[in-house]
Amino acid sequence: MRRWLIALVVLVLGRLRRRPELDSGGRIVPPGGPDRRAESLVLLLFAGATLCGAAVPVVYAWDAIPDQTQFLGLAFGLAFAFSSAACIVIGKRLVVTEELEEDYGLSHPDDREALEQLVEESGDRFTRKRLLFLAGAGAGSALGAALLTPAASLGPVFDVSSLYRTPWHRGVRLVDETGRALRAGDIEEATFYTAYPEHADREQMGAPVVVVRLKPEQLRLPDDRRGWAPAGILAYSKICTHAGCAIALYRKPTFAPVEPRPALVCPCHYSTFDVANGGGVLFGPAGRPLPQLPLAIDASGGLRAAGNFSGPVGPSWWGVRNHGARS
Amino acid sequence: MRALLVCAAAALLFVPGAHGGDLGAQLYGAGCITCHGPEGRGIADRGPSLRGAGARAADFYLRTGYMPLASPHTQPDRSRVLFSQRELAALVAYVASLAPGPRIPTPHPARGNLAEGQEQFTEHCAGCHQIVAEGGYVTNAVAPPLKHAGPVEIAEAVRTGPYLMPRFSAQQITDAQLDSIIRYVIYAKHPDDRGGWALGHLGPVPEGLVTWFVGIVLLVATCLVIGRRLHP
Repeated sequence: MRRWLIALVVLVLGRLRRRPELDSGGRIVPPGGPDRRAESLVLLLFAGATLCGAAVPVVYAWDAIPDQTQFLGLAFGLAFAFSSAACIVIGKRLVVTEELEEDYGLSHPDDREALEQLVEESGDRFTRKRLLFLAGAGAGSALGAALLTPAASLGPVFDVSSLYRTPWHRGVRLVDETGRALRAGDIEEATFYTAYPEHADREQMGAPVVVVRLKPEQLRLPDDRRGWAPAGILAYSKICTHAGCAIALYRKPTFAPVEPRPALVCPCHYSTFDVANGGGVLFGPAGRPLPQLPLAIDASGGLRAAGNFSGPVGPSWWGVRNHGARS
Repeated sequence: MRALLVCAAAALLFVPGAHGGDLGAQLYGAGCITCHGPEGRGIADRGPSLRGAGARAADFYLRTGYMPLASPHTQPDRSRVLFSQRELAALVAYVASLAPGPRIPTPHPARGNLAEGQEQFTEHCAGCHQIVAEGGYVTNAVAPPLKHAGPVEIAEAVRTGPYLMPRFSAQQITDAQLDSIIRYVIYAKHPDDRGGWALGHLGPVPEGLVTWFVGIVLLVATCLVIGRRLHP
């Protein structure tokens, strides 16, 4: 590490203080002839790295491509492989090397001079310096762009309406795994049900909900959710707001006065959500409440959604905000 | 834990006329009445009403040793049953006589299907009890391991939902599915350990980790030996 730092300092000093032409007699590094083939190879490798690096954002943006992640990995890997191959060729074939017996010395002015001369002379063999520099810079910036591309997945930043898009809206019927419509009379206390929106894709993050029933006097819902739990029946998103696991645990007290209160628990990291007060976090790493789905009972006793969720469904990241448009 | 019961049992010996009459009612009066109240009406902040609980819940809680419980604020867990078979039957019959309630189920695990059982167990039970039925946690409670659970107890627990466990009606888990689940739980007590070394039946990850730790030591040792040979 120390040696590298010293080398860097020397390089910078050498760049800053350009000295007059050296007389060829006082060389330290033996002069090497130009190697145009190696240079062409380096140019080619840098071009490959640039192409592969530039392919990353393209593959990332092109959702229709099959096995997208595999291609992303391939592009990343090849970009790194090409640039490291280029560096190897430069190091082995183009930079003249001179082995020093002693350590780098920075204290004596003579030593420093010699070192600067050494660095300067090592670059002697390049005949197309500017072109090579441009190729290297191109490969570097393409790789940089490739590395920054995944940051787009942290969004959306400005328009968050997509986070609220779910298959639920007023009037959508709740059905069970077999597609049978759930009826309010079928929902018992002390157990939990998984339900889906009728005629919708169940693989969507916003689709599955957990349905539980409490006694109406147990409910402590916020004022703006009055009427969201007809007959004490509540529905919450089944996707944990921490890391997006499916909420598979329902903790229900047999005897409420001495036992923990009813809660939905995520089996992954034990985020615990209070079902009585609108999904507030009782314990665990989840940072925001479980989104609640307002319910209504239709004339024939079937359960239907009375609107969309109370917040964005799914795991949290910095783009998710609790306030915002509700469709 | 059992202090309450021992005291109560000692008291019972000195109650005049305790040897005759209804054994179930006497045992109830000795071991249960302080929390569940006279005639199973329940006492606020101590214990729930037992009216309508039926033989199913009573049999489960007594046969597993969950009850009697020293303090109502602790989670009941499996412990030694201090009642004889005759006393158990009398107590269960007494609780069942308080009000009409569900009867003790009679599962038939032999009729169940192991593969379906695993599927159903994964869906309904594994979230808390783990896929190998070794038990796990919910916040504020322990989901017990099912190592000692017999077929009747499993059926009772699924239908009753003891402590914080949800209960599952015949609509959610049919009797046939329940038979399969019981068959799977019984199988999971002695699963087929292909790896040879079960490590708590926790699955391939801990086994792989152990292999990794053993393997890395062997690899480092091999490297050292090779290095010594090259540079003696």
